[in-house]
Amino acid sequence: MTTTTLPEVDEVVTHARAHDIQLPGGAGTFVLITLDNGFDHTKPNSFGAAGLRELGAALDAAAKRAAAGEIAGVGITGKPFIFAVGADLTAVPAITARDQALEIARLGHETFSKISALPVPTFAFINGASMGGGVEIALYADYRTISSDVPAYATPEVFLGLVPGWGGTYLVPHLIGTEKAAQLIVTNPLSQNRMIKGKNAFELGLADRLIEPVTFLEDSLAFAAGVIAGTEQVERATVDTSEAAWEGPLDKAAADADGRTGKAAPAAYKAIELMRLARTASREEAFEAENQALADLIMSDELRSGLYAFDLVQKRAKRPAGAPDKSLARKVTKVGIVGAGLMASQMALLFARKLKVPVVLTDLDQERVDKGVAYVHDEIDKLAGKGRLSPDASNRLKALVTGSVSADGFTAFSDADFVIEAVFEEMSVKKQVFAQVEAAVPAECVLATNTSSLDITEMAADLLHPERVVGFHFFNPVAVMPLLEIIRGDATDDATLATAFATSRSLGKTSILVKNSPSFVVNRLLGRFMGESGRIVDEGTPIEVVEQAFAGLTPMPPFMLISLVGPAIALHNSETLAAAFPDRFAASPNLAKVVEAKLPSFYGSDGKLDPKVLELFEAPADPVVLTAEQVRERALEALADEVRRMLDEGVVQAPQDIDLAMITGAGFPFWNGGVTPLLDRTGIAEKVTGSRFLPIGVASVPEA
Amino acid sequence: MPRTLSEVVFVDGVRTPFGKAGDKGIYAQTRADDLVIKCIRELLRRQPDLDPAKVEEVAIAATTQIGDQGLTLGRVAGLLAGLPKSTPGYSIDRMCAGAMTAVTNTASSIAFGSYDIGIAGGVEHMGRHPMGEGVDPNPRIIAEKLVDPSALVMGETAENLHDRFPEITKERCDAFAVASQDKLATAYDEGKIQPDLVTVATRHDELGWGLATTDEPPRPGTTVDDLAQLKTPFRPHGNVTAGNAAGLNDGATACLLASEQAATEHGLPVGMRLVNYAFVGVEPEVMGIGPVPATEKALANAGLTIDDIGLFELNEAFAVQVLAFLDHFGIADDDERVNPYGGAIATGHPLASSGVRLMTQLSREFAEHPEVRYGLTAMCIGIGMGGAVIWENPHHKDYVSSVSADTEGAA
Repeated sequence: MTTTTLPEVDEVVTHARAHDIQLPGGAGTFVLITLDNGFDHTKPNSFGAAGLRELGAALDAAAKRAAAGEIAGVGITGKPFIFAVGADLTAVPAITARDQALEIARLGHETFSKISALPVPTFAFINGASMGGGVEIALYADYRTISSDVPAYATPEVFLGLVPGWGGTYLVPHLIGTEKAAQLIVTNPLSQNRMIKGKNAFELGLADRLIEPVTFLEDSLAFAAGVIAGTEQVERATVDTSEAAWEGPLDKAAADADGRTGKAAPAAYKAIELMRLARTASREEAFEAENQALADLIMSDELRSGLYAFDLVQKRAKRPAGAPDKSLARKVTKVGIVGAGLMASQMALLFARKLKVPVVLTDLDQERVDKGVAYVHDEIDKLAGKGRLSPDASNRLKALVTGSVSADGFTAFSDADFVIEAVFEEMSVKKQVFAQVEAAVPAECVLATNTSSLDITEMAADLLHPERVVGFHFFNPVAVMPLLEIIRGDATDDATLATAFATSRSLGKTSILVKNSPSFVVNRLLGRFMGESGRIVDEGTPIEVVEQAFAGLTPMPPFMLISLVGPAIALHNSETLAAAFPDRFAASPNLAKVVEAKLPSFYGSDGKLDPKVLELFEAPADPVVLTAEQVRERALEALADEVRRMLDEGVVQAPQDIDLAMITGAGFPFWNGGVTPLLDRTGIAEKVTGSRFLPIGVASVPEA
Repeated sequence: MPRTLSEVVFVDGVRTPFGKAGDKGIYAQTRADDLVIKCIRELLRRQPDLDPAKVEEVAIAATTQIGDQGLTLGRVAGLLAGLPKSTPGYSIDRMCAGAMTAVTNTASSIAFGSYDIGIAGGVEHMGRHPMGEGVDPNPRIIAEKLVDPSALVMGETAENLHDRFPEITKERCDAFAVASQDKLATAYDEGKIQPDLVTVATRHDELGWGLATTDEPPRPGTTVDDLAQLKTPFRPHGNVTAGNAAGLNDGATACLLASEQAATEHGLPVGMRLVNYAFVGVEPEVMGIGPVPATEKALANAGLTIDDIGLFELNEAFAVQVLAFLDHFGIADDDERVNPYGGAIATGHPLASSGVRLMTQLSREFAEHPEVRYGLTAMCIGIGMGGAVIWENPHHKDYVSSVSADTEGAA
């Protein structure tokens, strides 16, 4: 064992409470170890250095008694509702040297291996949430039971930038085969960190018995007694370790990872590599390879960025920087929506589902109103059809969403607390709508605008109460994208802003406070990035090259993204930005041609670039053809420049808000921490703007 | 439409191991409702062919109906035990005779024809809910001298009973208590107690999870000399001690009741058949005498005499109150028919749960004694009451099922 000193951290120690139990049926004395950090289920058990040592000591004591013939078996279970959720990642940012990382990796293996080394039958009773190291520790036991109410079971390491390296990459494939193992270890984490439930884990073969929660521990102990007494038989499917059977699913998982990460996230490939090794390696070799892999990954900026991003969405997202005191928020008991188009209808559905208050859709004529309400009712029926809404709940929601023609002066909004407009993106139209709405609503009603680019202050300027206007910018599709940009106009008061944040929270959205500025955060950065891409194509680099340049950086290539949002909307955004910042934004003439030709996408239905689009493109007189690397570099430089300007202008409070916005509003990946850690990591931030965005160690490996 | 009354049978009963109330007891950090939920669960598990939806009522008793013994316990416990939402439930309080009353209520509803199958039981976590928790006695009780203030302290009512029956000495009580411990120890040795115990996972934040598999209160090997040393907390130089009374305990019980017709149709075993029952009020100051008039009334209801009773399961809240009963009916202190497995002095008495323990044990004893035709379960009840339930042994040669052979053939 090494003598490396681990950094001092304030660890919430998960204790290992060993308690003697007399097994039913006279099967002997059984040591049951309860993992319990002393808090309720809202602070789950995790494994830090001190907790692992305590567990090790409990297992050593059990080993002595087992050798002396005093005990018949050993089991491990969790505290109520929680088994264990893995390594204590709060300790990782403090790790500055590879040997410290290696020490943590080895400590896990050494401790958990004490379970397998016990000379008596060993059991894990997975009573609640189980993730990462919590999944792994159970695999060291001879037998496992799992509760049918386990709400989350996962090895999320790859999602964060790690591998399940406390035995997971060896033990999981040997227990259930590589196809299911790859699903659990690689594919699920890369699919928005998908978690499975206790029942699924049992079906995958990760537990020997699925037990109902009401008597989970009693029945688990009865099972253990049966196994020890020889009356209970456990049968498992054999795993085919032939090269063909083993490698095939891993090849498939690697190809899948390529599609999802553009080969930019090292963790997925490392996990696959370790699983390949596990076929022929001895357990010791496999575990040592895991140690080395963990040490490498812990010392990688991708992991540090992943943890930084995780912290943003877990913590910063819940306490938006710059938001006023929650207590200032006013209650929202009725919502009005101006407009009954698709976006407005999607909003109506979301407001009704989440706030459960009456929502009134309005539009110019009855036909549009009816269409909007019908859309919402149809969507409710679809949810009911999938069993996600009971008939009563669906009746309730349908009754909440009604329509009204706006020509009557928005009388339906007379008792609304929150009105949001989603009408045509034209300042004069919006101002007129707000003026009419203001005449109908109560004095304290919030007037929110879903504008994606217009000036909030100007929109409010002519109202009697401009202090109640706030930007409330959703991303498409409204129900799916987590981000909501909340924009404060010059006159917006704290009560209005607090109500907007409280409403966003009730809607289940992640919100950031944005200064009133052109295109706010996400659209401004995407506009710069897509504008730069367009310019590069306009200058002569083939679209295919540009499309390849951003693998692992953006969730999809720029022209695919333009096609998704719609060329016309993308053009409108770039025109707005070009008007505001003519020095660095320009509407692409080629994009304008595509819009003019009314082509809906750069891609045909076959998934390939549409030749009709390519025909429209005008070849430049002196074509400048860049490589993918050059394209990437130039686009990143443009992003760095724009991020710096936004921070200087005070568009958001901190670089963290930009990253949170790009992760939750544009799907930028965790392993880059959104965007600023990537710009720091590649040196582009310093090259373009003269300094880093984040200090070393915030989203990168700290200096020793 | 003419009404047909149904005979009611006790199918099966179970209980948790009983624990000592207090911080060091096995259930110190285990919820009360969880105790009774495990019992209901076990009853269902023992009848795998019985569709849980056929259980049409859950009556659960608790004396202190607050916190984890509140919230319409019978309903909530049924839901948490996995009974369908269509099964209703309710809570019952008749102090120590809560579970006994749950049984008689449920049985009466079955007999009346309201439903066919029900669960009755009780729970008392005296550690989490000490006797008298949150009570607010009406001041008129004192002002109008309706009862003596000692009536609200059970130990004092037991001392009062010694005043009434001077021939019941402390020595007789201690000897009876030792016999209770001895009989329970023998019953454990012979494996007669364990089959009815439901193991319970016990939660403790410092010790971790444990598993309750056996009663915590018994003190096997206790001698009369040991008991002679104990204090008499209710009176200086009194008679009632912790040794000749039941302790403060945590535990739960439950049983499955059915019409004899339904039991036959669903293939449920018949442990015993209800003959009759009675609850009677007595002077609250001497509540321990309650089982005497209750038994007399139940016998009269049934057209039986005390000589027809071949087995007695009497709750041992206090030795003096059992001895008062035995003296009244001319039964010897050490009569073998009385509490053959020992009683509450040894096993413990988690108030509202105890009635079903008596019944479960009587049903086991019936199976051992096919020569016995009738048995009695009886208990004293706080605030001056007694309860008595008479049962018939289905293993007796003269037992006649109420279900005709034709129906049996069709089932």
